[in-house]
Amino acid sequence: MATIELQQVEKKFGELHAVKPMDLTIQDGEFVVLLGPSGCGKTTTLRMISGLETVTSGTILLGGRNVTWLHPSERDVAFVFQFYALYPHISARDNISFPLRAQRESKEVIDQRVKEVAALLRIEHLLNQRPGNLSGGDQQRVALARALVRRPEAFLMDEPLGALDADFRESMRAEIKQLHIDQHATTVYVTHDQIEAMAMGDRIVVMSEAVVQQTGTPHEVYYDPANLFVARFIGSPGMNLVSAVYSEGVVNVPGTENRYSVPDGWASPIGETIGGEGRIVLGFRPEAARVKTDGPLSGEVYASELQGAYSVMHVNVNTDDIVHIRTDRQIDYPIGTQVNFDIDPQMVRFFNPADEAAIQKEVSQ
Amino acid sequence: MSNLQLQNVTKEYPGVTALKKVTFDVQDGEFFVLLGPTGAGKTTTLRVVAGLTKQDEGSVLFDNESVDEFPPAERDVALVFQQYSLYPTMSVYDNLAFPLRSPMRDLPEDEIRTKVEDVAKTLRIEHLVERKTAHLSGGEMQRVSIGRAIVRDPRIFLMDEPLSNLDFKLREALRVELQHLQQHLQKTQGSTTLFVTHDQIEALTMADRIAVLNRGRIIQIGTPEDIYDRPATTFVAQLVGTPRINLMKSQREDGTLRIEKSDLHLPMPPDCGVPEQVQLGIRPEDINIDPEGQFSGQVAITEPLGVETVVHIRSKEQTLISLIPGLVDYRKGDEVKFNIQSDRLHCFDLDGIRVQME
Repeated sequence: MATIELQQVEKKFGELHAVKPMDLTIQDGEFVVLLGPSGCGKTTTLRMISGLETVTSGTILLGGRNVTWLHPSERDVAFVFQFYALYPHISARDNISFPLRAQRESKEVIDQRVKEVAALLRIEHLLNQRPGNLSGGDQQRVALARALVRRPEAFLMDEPLGALDADFRESMRAEIKQLHIDQHATTVYVTHDQIEAMAMGDRIVVMSEAVVQQTGTPHEVYYDPANLFVARFIGSPGMNLVSAVYSEGVVNVPGTENRYSVPDGWASPIGETIGGEGRIVLGFRPEAARVKTDGPLSGEVYASELQGAYSVMHVNVNTDDIVHIRTDRQIDYPIGTQVNFDIDPQMVRFFNPADEAAIQKEVSQ
Repeated sequence: MSNLQLQNVTKEYPGVTALKKVTFDVQDGEFFVLLGPTGAGKTTTLRVVAGLTKQDEGSVLFDNESVDEFPPAERDVALVFQQYSLYPTMSVYDNLAFPLRSPMRDLPEDEIRTKVEDVAKTLRIEHLVERKTAHLSGGEMQRVSIGRAIVRDPRIFLMDEPLSNLDFKLREALRVELQHLQQHLQKTQGSTTLFVTHDQIEALTMADRIAVLNRGRIIQIGTPEDIYDRPATTFVAQLVGTPRINLMKSQREDGTLRIEKSDLHLPMPPDCGVPEQVQLGIRPEDINIDPEGQFSGQVAITEPLGVETVVHIRSKEQTLISLIPGLVDYRKGDEVKFNIQSDRLHCFDLDGIRVQME
């Protein structure tokens, strides 16, 4: 297995900038997820790594070898698509062994490797079936087996679970993660589903409008999003973001009585960023808020939703901003009730509305 | 608004029974959700209510009177579909006004204006009324479709997966909007709604009551709490909740229930009314990792989702899925201790029918 390095890699389709120059180093054995909405450039990036798409400029290194201008077949990467791309007229076994037969491996090697991957993916009993007779999940397992059997330098996966129904996606997600833990294969995985990205990635590259917004561990992108886009995109619902005005250590939501004193360590970086006082965005995750009679923030219950194990209460803090508060199922306020709440000071974040970037908290001595 | 009753509605197509003796009541003003997988018969049920499909047997009643002989137009129901069916060259205003301009209604234009403006305000699309619908986003178009249904003040709203074509974030937002709207309408014009979805979160979050359908049959009717906390069958138990409920064959053994292929013995008094062999259901959030925990196992994988982490815990060959608040970090093979909330266990017999524990 190998490292993958992208150095100032860029892609233009005519006037359209599909991927703006990006740098990314993926460690040997790492599972990196490219995450973003459709059209953000994630699939184009993956296709450039595979060689299915040429770069407009920049360099791609695979295991230290410059592969920028090599044909896909010379790069030694394996691609798994959303649609299984299996040959319908031959058995699962022949589908899996196809890349090895193309490489003219001996029959012993082929049989041995097919046996290994089939055991790993628990599809030994399906090897003689044709793809058409298999369920969606089993077809995807066969496609994974075909990718694995080659022992490539890296795996590239383009929304491999996108075509599966929700239940199945959940269990395949765990299976692919398990497979990765067992194999430690360098993997680049593309998805638009933030839950999948969080659940599977060692690191996540969040992309939007052809630009990398943040690269970080699930923990980092969740707790410390680099900007408003990441804050909104990660989480379900996303981070609560309330437009407010900052002055002398206090955040005020315009048109309301809401006044929130910023926790320790925030006043000076906020002051420096926005130049004393002015507009700011207050951010907090739904689970960071607690309903509390003397809480400094308040609003009117707009709706409340049972989501299974817990509820989410939607509260109007002013005419434009609805915040989402995760609560116990037992807590049920009728629509229109005025509620007060507080925020866990460790989980408060601030953003500069001018450039949408997160403000960094002062590091305590 | 009206109440709605289906009595033993059956519909057969060559080789398939689409609906088999489907019976339920929707109260005046109720938001009633039909939940089930593809092919369960949800859309067929909706079409029978609308009069677009004729049932083979059984009756549909509005306000206790049969509408079986009424063509769709005379049933006075408003349909909202997954695909928006707006007139692309007309403005939002004209789309909303369209049903009111029917010659059958013969409404003066200023009354139409008042109604349209009211609805636009309720749905927060006032700023869009002059625009052509072709220039709207998916979420905006679906709001207009809903607005066009509301403005008619029909006897019943029929909604067929209206949120399914929207992206996830939008779906989340519109779900909240619909719920708010529902409460608003209940106070003003009333709003009996039959809402079809395959999405369990939509059902749990929006419904007053849910009917779970599978292969043309009703499996369970109840409030979201009933469905989630007291699923009638293993099918219902697996249909709601993410991650899915743990479902494991288990055996009574000396005052315990032993989970097959594992070291886990749950205390279970001999007189609890549970048969010798059951399928035991444990929701992932009812497994709590606790250093003092009664049970132990090894971590297989962890999936940090953000607000919580899915931890797969192995005991021998069995894997239990647990849901732990916050982002926790365990490595494969870590030993963990955990508790299982004994008052939240679900037992089903081998046919998948819920067993009441005493």
